[in-house]
Parts: sequence; C-alpha cells; structure tokens
Amino acid sequence: MSQQTSDGTATDGTSQEGRVFTVHGGDWDSVTGALSDEASSLREERIVVNMGPQHPSTHGVLRLILEIDGETVTEARAGIGYLHTGIEKNMEFRTWTQGVTFCTRMDYVMPLMNETTYCLAVEKLLGITDEIPERATVIRVMMMELQRISSHFVFLATGGMEMGATTMMTNGFGGREVLLSLLEMITGLRMNHAYVRPGGLAQDIPPGALDSVREAIPEVQRYIHDLELLANENPIVKARLVDVGYLDLAGCMALGLTGPVLRSTGLPHDLRKSEPYCGYETYDFDVPVRDSCDAYGRFRIRLDEMYESLRIVSQCADRLQRMAPGPVMVADKKVAWPAQLALGGDGMGNSKDHIREIMGTSMESLIHHFKLVTEGFRVPAGQVYQATESAKGELGVHLVSDGGTMPYRAHFRDPSFNNLQAVAAMCEGGSIADVIVAVASIDPVMGGVDR
Amino acid sequence: MSERTPGTGAPDPGSAPGAPQATATGAATTGATEVGVHGEVVAEVVAVREGMFGVRGSGDTSGYGGLQRAIVMPGAATRPFGGYFDEVADVLAEVLAEPDADGADGPGWEAAIEKVVIDHGQLILFVRREHLLRVARVLRDDEDLRFEMCMGASGVHYPDETGRELHVVYPLVSITHTRRVRLEVVAPDSDPHVPSITSVYPSNDWHEREAWDFFGVVFDGHPALTRIQMPDDWPGHPQRKDYPLGGIPVEYKGATIPPPDTRRRYR
Repeated sequence: MSQQTSDGTATDGTSQEGRVFTVHGGDWDSVTGALSDEASSLREERIVVNMGPQHPSTHGVLRLILEIDGETVTEARAGIGYLHTGIEKNMEFRTWTQGVTFCTRMDYVMPLMNETTYCLAVEKLLGITDEIPERATVIRVMMMELQRISSHFVFLATGGMEMGATTMMTNGFGGREVLLSLLEMITGLRMNHAYVRPGGLAQDIPPGALDSVREAIPEVQRYIHDLELLANENPIVKARLVDVGYLDLAGCMALGLTGPVLRSTGLPHDLRKSEPYCGYETYDFDVPVRDSCDAYGRFRIRLDEMYESLRIVSQCADRLQRMAPGPVMVADKKVAWPAQLALGGDGMGNSKDHIREIMGTSMESLIHHFKLVTEGFRVPAGQVYQATESAKGELGVHLVSDGGTMPYRAHFRDPSFNNLQAVAAMCEGGSIADVIVAVASIDPVMGGVDR
Repeated sequence: MSERTPGTGAPDPGSAPGAPQATATGAATTGATEVGVHGEVVAEVVAVREGMFGVRGSGDTSGYGGLQRAIVMPGAATRPFGGYFDEVADVLAEVLAEPDADGADGPGWEAAIEKVVIDHGQLILFVRREHLLRVARVLRDDEDLRFEMCMGASGVHYPDETGRELHVVYPLVSITHTRRVRLEVVAPDSDPHVPSITSVYPSNDWHEREAWDFFGVVFDGHPALTRIQMPDDWPGHPQRKDYPLGGIPVEYKGATIPPPDTRRRYR
C-alpha cells in the first residue's frame, strides 16, 4: 500500500513488497519502464501505448492500452469506468417516474431509446402494457426512429472525424442538427428529454409538429445522400474501412455482439422483427444486412438503416395524421401523471387550467396531484427483463420491484458495454491506425458503457 | 397506505407474513407475452417491511409506523408452464439426466434446478450454483434449446433473505428459436461464490466483473476478476443494499434538503 501526503498525492516507494501501482496517476513512466526492462531482457522491442481516456479519437473517455510491435498491435485492452455515474444505484432512490430522468442520461446519443426501454419494463411490471394509448405508442416509435437516425449521424460524424475526414463530421452533425431541432420542438429538449414516461408520454406532439417532421424527411435524406456520395466509393474511406475490424458470426455470437456489428456478418437479427414491441410488426421496413464482417459493412448498414428509419417515421406521421386527437397517457389515474404540460409565457410547465383546478376548485385533485408527484405509484413485486433494438444493439433492462414506490434494482444491459469487449478480437494483429476505425465501427458511447 | 393491485395476481397484502401461501393463478400480468397460458403461481414472502417512511424512533404517533408490508415475490410455478416453457423444461430435464461428454453422470433436473418461476410471462430457472456451468452448456449446445447468447449478469442484493442474499440473473436468448429464458443463481453473503460461465458464454467477461465490482459476487474460474467501473482500490461494493448512496445535504434559501438516501421515503 502506498501512503498519501496531505495533498492527496501518493508518496513513492513506501511498499515493502512487489511492484506498486498507484491510482493517482503519474506512474506511467515507471510502469512502462518496468515493462521495457522486461522486454529488453527478452531482447524484444515491445512498446506499450496508453491511448486515452482523454484522447480525441477514442470515441469518448475510453482508455485503450495497446502493446505494439512496430506498427502492429499485438495486444489490445480497453479500460473503462471513467464516466461511471452510479445511475443504477441512484434510480433505487427515486420514484419510478423520476427514474426516466436518470436512464435518459446513460447513452446520451439515444436518450429516447433508453427511456422507452425502461418504460416498457415498468409497464410490464404494472401489467398495463395493453392499456398504453395507441397514439402514445406511435409517437414513441416515431421518436425512437428519429433517434436512431441521429445516433447513426453521430457515428458517421465522429467516426469520420477520427479518421481525419472532417467533411463527414460537419455533414453528419449538420444532419443530426435537423433531427435535434425536431426532437426539441416535440419534447422541449435536444437531449435528456425525459419525454417517455411510465404509462405514456409527458405530453402530446405540439401543433404543426407533423408538418415539421414531413418537411425534415427530404432534408435528412439529402444529408444521408451527400454522405453516401462523399464516402461510399471514396478510395480513402474504403482503404481505411474495408477488411478492418473483422469479426465474423462465430465471434459475434461468442462475444454477445448485437446491432449493426452482428448484422454486418450476414445475420438479419433485429428485435423489431423477431420480438416486436411497440407494434413494430405493423410497420413496413427492411433489415439491412451485409456479409463483409468489417467496418465498411457496418458503415453501409448504418446508412441503409437510416433510410429504413425514415420509412418508419413517415408511416408514423401518416398514422398520427389519420388518428383522432386522444390521450397519450394511460387512463388509470393512479399511474398517469396528473397534468399535461403546456406552454406558458415563462416556458413549459403545468397547464394553467390544471393549476386553477387543484388550487382553486378541487381539494381532492390537489391531494391526488401531491401524492402522485411526491410519493409516486406502487409497482407490484416481481422482476422483468425487457429488450429493445436500440441504435447500437440489444438494449436490455432488468427491473426488480419489491412492491414499493421506487425500483428495488434497475440494471441496464447497454449494448456499447457488451460490444466494447470485442476491441481485442477486432484489433489484435492489425495496424495501430486500424484500432481507431475498429473502435469507431462498434460505435460505443461511454455514457452507456459506464452508466 | 393504499395497496395498488393492477393486473391480476397481486396477493392479498393483509395476509400475515410467514410461510409461503397466497395462491394466485395466471401469473401477474396480462402484458404482451408470447405465452398464452401460465402455470399456477405460488407467491413467496421474501421480506417484511415496517413503517411507512423509513424513519425510526421519531416518536411518530400517526400510526403509520405500525404498518407492515410483506414483500411477496412470485414463487415456484407448477406444470404446465405454458407456451414454449414446457418444451424448454422437458428438453433440459432430458439432457441433464444424460451423462456428460466425459461419461460422468448428469445431475438430473431435481439436483440442478431449484425451482421454476414464471414472472410476468417470462421463464426464470433457479439453478443451484454447483450445476450452473452444466445447465448453461446444455442450454447453449442442445439443438432444441440453442440459447446462443447470454445478455449479461445482473446482480441483486436481498439482505433479508437469510442464506440467499445474493442473486445473479443471466438473461439468455435463442436467436434460432426466438426464445428467452433467465437463469437465476443464489449465493449467501457468507460464501459469495458463483462459478463463472465465461467458459460457455465468453461475452459474460465484463458483465461478471461488473457484478463482482458492484455486489462482491466472486465468480470462480473467471480469467481476470478485477473491478471494472470503480477504481481498483475502492473499498466495498457500491450497489449492495448495505452500501449507502452517499451525498451531502444541500441548502437552498435557508432550508436544508438531506441527501436522497436519508430522505423520508415511502416504503
């Protein structure tokens, strides 16, 4: 054990036995020094390179520890935990509804998918899955597909930037901006929406939202098409992506990979088709598949998926257009949030009508509002596992209730967390420049990995 | 305290805590399950909570302090389980009775499976930990089962269940047959050892490290069981129920708001 000085830094050389590693950092020279001593005694030229956690090309606060021989990576390991925020533990101390505001922050590139998965699980525990209004479900699907496109835009933008293709970055983020404006118009926020709630939605889509969605579709299509023209047959992009980050079906199965990485091996596995939720079986869309098992295949699959998502979005818009206005929350007043939000002079908040009712006319409404907001609702004891097809793969939530007003345990199986295990299998034996491409092709988001 | 009983199957909260009782038919949900009929479900009391707000010794005279609420989890299901659950159980029982590749006798269903629970239309097999590897291997390899992927390991801490405080839940998925099943393994706090299934499902490497990190479950046979999210020298296992959430009181306009885990909460 090393001792600490008064300012919290470790003193050196206080251990009596073995090699000492401190967690305070600053010991990298001694770590590599010891290793290179070892290497020189074995007459090898082995270098250990530490990449990250603060590095512009590691896709977030990911730490990669690479052992290289010349330009070849002989061993690769990923170090995570730099963005651990204790979301699962925190959710045990908040009501079921408040839990949405925590899980939305996990994979911050696809917050609406986190929310919907969690809410589907809570609804299953409550036994109200069939009572969710059709309108709420269609809006959920539309929002999730918009989110899938924006998540893939981030993949194209950051993945391109990490290769040095800054035009892909500007185009990708430009396309995402169109979608974030839509999400902002509908939910009030660009990210961390807390829009999907157990039982339905926080609020209905505002007037004119469907027109904006329809107007955005060709614009998004143009962005995707520009990126396709730019990159699909670009010799530099192909030289960087083709046959890089190879992982075949057996590897994906063993390492539990799902999403675009699995579909790049030729297996058309998509939970929206195989285990439909939110009525996905009623939408007309295809599952893009490629069999190249490499980063280029994953890149093309994501581009194709964006077009498929647009198809679903326009079907949702048509359905919402035809649908008569109606509730977006379950009818059960013991679960449904007491007030719909409304836009006031000072921003979004409880509607004036609702305030007037609870403050001026009905004592019972006030008590009900107060109890439901402070205490929350009780969920019958039991446990449930709910999986959805997120932009990155199977997003699973394991919820345990003890019959109380807060989750007894909430565990998220984030696809990025699982998929990042494949870094070693994809990178070892390849060149060091390919590590960046391989990691980007997994598209991990560290907020989801570390939770 | 109003006990909500949405759906069906929530047992009578007034029944005294104690031995398993409270029979409810037709598992606790109507949800969008792929399974039509469920087996009969016997509820099981795993803990009893007292009081309403979690505050003790406050001289509370409201009467809420005397409330008792039994934590009733779905108990062992009996046949028929419904849907594909019976087929999975039949095939599993059959293969478990066979000798394994080395010629050693199979453990058989009774020895390996503690109980079958059907919760919200989902099948959970409680596996005795010494037979976990064998059960996982059969579930993965038998062509009528073929659960190709394991979706991780989720630890749960039930401090009130004496002798079975730590649970580890493994969701398995079969892409071939579009089926799901969950394995649940139990270990006492005094002996928190569970065999690692990374030799069957290599994808569980990081998931088991996470369960070790957060719950202190020791996965025997794991290739490198180190902490994954917390720093290497972190004391304790943060997601256990006996580990405080932490936090500091926050002052706002003269009033002080306690940290979330010491606030009054509805139990």
